[in-house]
Amino acid sequence: MKLNILGKRYWFFLLSLALIVPGMIIIAMNGLPLSIDFTGGSMVEVQFSAAGKVPQMAEIIDLYSENGVADTQVQFSTSDQNAIAVIKSSSLTQEQHSAILGKLRSDYDSGLVERKFDTVGPSISQSVTNRALLAIGVAALAVIIYITFAFRGIPHAFRYGVCAIIAMLHDILIVVSFGAIGSKLFGWQMDSLYLTALLTVIGFSTQDKIVVFDRIRENSPILRRVPFEKIVNHSIIQSLQRSINTQLMTSEFLLLSLAFFGGDSLREMCIILWFGLMSGTYSSIFIAAPILVVWENKEWKTWFRKAKTTQA
Amino acid sequence: MKNKSLISILIIVIVILALLVDLPVLKDAKQNLFKRDLSAQLGLDLRGGMQVVLQAPEGYAIDQETLEIASSILENRANALGVSEVVFQVAGDNYIVGEFPGLENIDEVVSVIKQTGMLEFVDVGQDLIEPGTIIQTDYNGSGAAVPSTEADNTEAESDAASAPATASETPAEDKAESTANKVYHTVITGADLDSVVVTAPTTSLDGYAVSFKLKSDATKKFGEFTKANVGNMLAIVLDKKIVSTPVIRQAIETGEGSISGSGESAYTYDEANNLRITLHYGSLPVALEIAESRVVGPTLGQSSLNKSLIAGAIGFLIVSLFMLIYYRASGGIAVISIFIFGLITYAIYLVIPVTLTLPGIAGLLLSIGSALDANILQFERLKEELRKGRTLQQAIDLSWSRAWPSIRDSNLATIITSAILFWFGSTFGASIVKGFALTLALGVAVSLFTAYFVTRTLLNVTSGWFKNADKARWFGI
Repeated sequence: MKLNILGKRYWFFLLSLALIVPGMIIIAMNGLPLSIDFTGGSMVEVQFSAAGKVPQMAEIIDLYSENGVADTQVQFSTSDQNAIAVIKSSSLTQEQHSAILGKLRSDYDSGLVERKFDTVGPSISQSVTNRALLAIGVAALAVIIYITFAFRGIPHAFRYGVCAIIAMLHDILIVVSFGAIGSKLFGWQMDSLYLTALLTVIGFSTQDKIVVFDRIRENSPILRRVPFEKIVNHSIIQSLQRSINTQLMTSEFLLLSLAFFGGDSLREMCIILWFGLMSGTYSSIFIAAPILVVWENKEWKTWFRKAKTTQA
Repeated sequence: MKNKSLISILIIVIVILALLVDLPVLKDAKQNLFKRDLSAQLGLDLRGGMQVVLQAPEGYAIDQETLEIASSILENRANALGVSEVVFQVAGDNYIVGEFPGLENIDEVVSVIKQTGMLEFVDVGQDLIEPGTIIQTDYNGSGAAVPSTEADNTEAESDAASAPATASETPAEDKAESTANKVYHTVITGADLDSVVVTAPTTSLDGYAVSFKLKSDATKKFGEFTKANVGNMLAIVLDKKIVSTPVIRQAIETGEGSISGSGESAYTYDEANNLRITLHYGSLPVALEIAESRVVGPTLGQSSLNKSLIAGAIGFLIVSLFMLIYYRASGGIAVISIFIFGLITYAIYLVIPVTLTLPGIAGLLLSIGSALDANILQFERLKEELRKGRTLQQAIDLSWSRAWPSIRDSNLATIITSAILFWFGSTFGASIVKGFALTLALGVAVSLFTAYFVTRTLLNVTSGWFKNADKARWFGI
């Protein structure tokens, strides 16, 4: 096979940037679309029955402020042909909650079903965010140490760990970027399920990288005289079929069937996961391995002097 | 492999054991062995119910033991209310997570939980304070551990401090302000109660009351206090909120008394009984606030479960078809080994037991992906070796030794990550993350096992069935 993936490495870096930057711009403008899991507050999800009347958005907001609740946001959607309202607000007390529900039942829809009611205090949400960052940091460190250990037989084992983590950061940024774009287009929110999806992407990101690195590990002693760039390119192509098939199985077949048939609660998470796992496979081929080569050639020395020749 | 037949027997034994656990057979024997019913544990998001996370207010340093005590008191209270299968668990350094499966009417339970049940008899001197007012006392909640000598010292101090306040005639409007800032002295607390019963109303105007009897040392203390303070008021305070402020008419030396609301705040039977439960099972050693509560309606849970199961089945069917078409004979082996993977994983879920939640199902699904990946890694190598013209047996051995390092390293990295996620999930009570990490780690571990033993053994055992000349047709090269 004559496929030269590495030769176009800067184009792939550019493509990733093109996917990441729009999301980052949205975040810079609107902030992260955090759900009450991270900001604190209450979330009520009610489903209206076919017979009942669905209140207007303003009516719900009025109802909330009558009960002394501020910062109310309402979002409507449908499930099984019935209207669903997701109402976010500052924290509701038990009394406010039952008063509001009672009013909705008596004035609009006696068959109203409360599907979810979450209240998260500000202190717990703060500790969730902090610990999540800590967990990601510790996990990244552990993975670098493990890869350095597992690849100790070949030169610069440490680089493999670092490259795996850079590619993992890339995957995180892709997922965050898609989350931000999704929040703009479909009103997605970053909740604890989103966090779970992100953590999964992190877990599986390194799994993919290691499979590609393993080929380099295997080929390095055999092809001692071949330039590193060629070894890496060769290794990528050898593991390509496996990357595609595993990707097909886990994301395309299993995840998409869960997204299509698995009900509302998991759909958003599955779609985010789908992007994340795609990104994980993509970045192991087009980001992690190429960065190894960039590092080996110390290409940053020529980035500013002869930018055009390196891109060719 | 030298011990091909030995490993085959081992696999068969494991599969039979897994089947015995998975299938609803030999229920009694299993009941005796595991001391519980071996059935799937579903999380609240799948069956509906409520989860609350409780925490001590900001600034209270509490130890693990205090949390454990609080957690078991809460569980007793909830059980006394007749709510079934309630679980309270300590999570991390300052959280308690309570789970109420299948619960729909949450208001009642929340009101009982929220009640710290910190009963205090407070010396308010001559201050007439309206019932319902929140006051400050010198009893700080971690008082279960406060030795009585210390309490005696503060009593003396606060007596002196309250003297000028009672002497000065404060105008009524100023009084509200002064009571808000004043710290009153607590004479005895709920921990001093010996027995508590609900008593029926004596007249139709009264509500129900809760009668109590004090422990002997508290009786003495209470007796001395009431003797010295005849004519003053004694406030009965529950969770810093005044319930009533009877006037001490004479020394109470029997250690008996009763708590009742009056007028509009008169107790119904349920209210009185809730108070009794709270007092009977002890007050919490620390005041707890509800930091987080989540309620999932039962219909949403059930439909999520059904849909996820159907979706899983559809996904598995497509994957099996693809594997059979693409990898032919080895694809068939992969499907069998994934099936065995499923049997073992489910059996482990039942034995541990693992509570299945929606994120948990996602974790399971991804571990199936990981099990598939192990197979795909080996089969791609197998094809490579077969293309190089090796015999089937050679190719099987070589493909394994080539694929194993990447299977091992990639899966171990995933296990490391899930272990860290599990720790993260359990320290702050995010059962969502914990469930996910647990199912992922277990699944990946089992997938390592099935890749190492099952797929390889099946390939070895069946390799004799295919003629070398036919290998292209059977292995899809």
